[in-house]
Amino acid sequence: MICFAASRVAALAIIVAAAPPPGATSCSGCHGGVAPFPVLQGRSAADIVTALDAFRAGTKPATVMNRIAKGFTPEETVAIANWLAAQK
Amino acid sequence: MKSRRQLIGGGIAVLLAAPSLARARTAPRVVVIGGGFGGASAARTLHRAEPRLDVVLVEPNATFTACPFSNEVITGLRDIADQRFNYQPIAADGIRVVQAEATAVDAAARRVTLGDGTVLPYDRLILSPGIDIIWGALPGYDEAASERMPHAWKAGEQTLLLRRQLEAMPDGGVVVISAPANPYRCPPGPYERASLIAYYLKTHKPRSKLLLLDAKDAFSKQKLFQNAWAQLYPDLLEWVSLSDGGKVIRVDPTTNAFETDFGTHKADVGNVIPPQRAGRIAALAGVADRTGWCPIDPVTFESRLIPGIHVIGDAAIAGAMPKSAFAANAQAKVCAYAVAQLLAGETPEQPRLINTCYSLAAPDYGISVAGVYRPANGQLTDIAGAGGTSPIDAPLEQRAQEAEYANAWFKTITREAFL
Repeated sequence: MICFAASRVAALAIIVAAAPPPGATSCSGCHGGVAPFPVLQGRSAADIVTALDAFRAGTKPATVMNRIAKGFTPEETVAIANWLAAQK
Repeated sequence: MKSRRQLIGGGIAVLLAAPSLARARTAPRVVVIGGGFGGASAARTLHRAEPRLDVVLVEPNATFTACPFSNEVITGLRDIADQRFNYQPIAADGIRVVQAEATAVDAAARRVTLGDGTVLPYDRLILSPGIDIIWGALPGYDEAASERMPHAWKAGEQTLLLRRQLEAMPDGGVVVISAPANPYRCPPGPYERASLIAYYLKTHKPRSKLLLLDAKDAFSKQKLFQNAWAQLYPDLLEWVSLSDGGKVIRVDPTTNAFETDFGTHKADVGNVIPPQRAGRIAALAGVADRTGWCPIDPVTFESRLIPGIHVIGDAAIAGAMPKSAFAANAQAKVCAYAVAQLLAGETPEQPRLINTCYSLAAPDYGISVAGVYRPANGQLTDIAGAGGTSPIDAPLEQRAQEAEYANAWFKTITREAFL
């Protein structure tokens, strides 16, 4: 049983690391490498957070991203940015 | 002692519950029924989340014809070939694509039966069946009537039929469109269609008229559409609301007539957007309720009625999320990761989902509505303060920019789902 419990914990760690944070998988509906949408995958997390914070604050010109960024807290934004930055 | 075997792939690890030795050597199987935006995206995301999952995509058609932008096909702005996608790229990913119709689901035994009698066992089933038209729900409108008065609400031959009718109509003709009550596929679709047909008439047959008869008093992006119509098609397009007698109660395909409580409108070209429900397999599987649509858990998209079956896309009752291709794709990705986690014995996190819907009031005049959603009180609900429509007072440059984004969105989402 000890052995079983250990393997289950290991599996959990992998899942927690691999499951995208809430909201992250929706981004590729628009951002997938077709201009004029910027590619997000592999971009630095800091750049993504800066852009989303500015969209949320209304200080960066936008058509829809101002409306979408307001749906995420700063913490959720960081988690999404980190995940996107790690994608290839 | 129970034995478990652990697979560690590139993404989510799947722990195999092992009721038998034979079972233990087989990866869990997820069957996805329906190869539209939802089903194709779900199959691909499952495969990406855990490549060792056995993913089977069941779809009767060899070619998918996309609905978004099909209003441009109707009005001669776009070739239908640009709407068509096959399943070879998905098969090349390593996903088994079965070209067949699913005819039955045995939820207790977790088995799908195909048209040729093949039985597909599953561990989890994802249904993305889209819509069925409820023939006869609008009196006079059956399948035969749709050959005279096309619905063009499933893209393909119907799209081309409506296009040919518009092309054949003489200048000075009357086009009548009837829009249904909620809910139905693509809430702003009837209004984009009216806009682009008005654009076609203005540029090709300017003495013609377009009448949009509506079973509703309010609709998606209403102020933006009405603002655009006043600017672009002031004497050409007339919208008749429910309160003004717009509800069509009967159609007559022999005379191309739309009957309302206040009179009958004869059309040169008649387009009936009829009442709809979830695609047929949903009812056969027992996941559709009395409304004809499928209640789901907002975290996993698992049916509220039948365990082990998940429903995404137009067929699902997704709370505040509209029945759009963008929503189907977003739901597919959340559902796929949730299914992979459930198969691994884990509990999926509360998701967030985004929807963005573009519509064209003219080829270079785009408008949008966006929303961000989360589960609350058992439903997908709007996150307050987020989302909303394009500004009503935006300059024409922004409308042009949104039209460009709309085109890029279609290229992106079809690439993710099909290419």
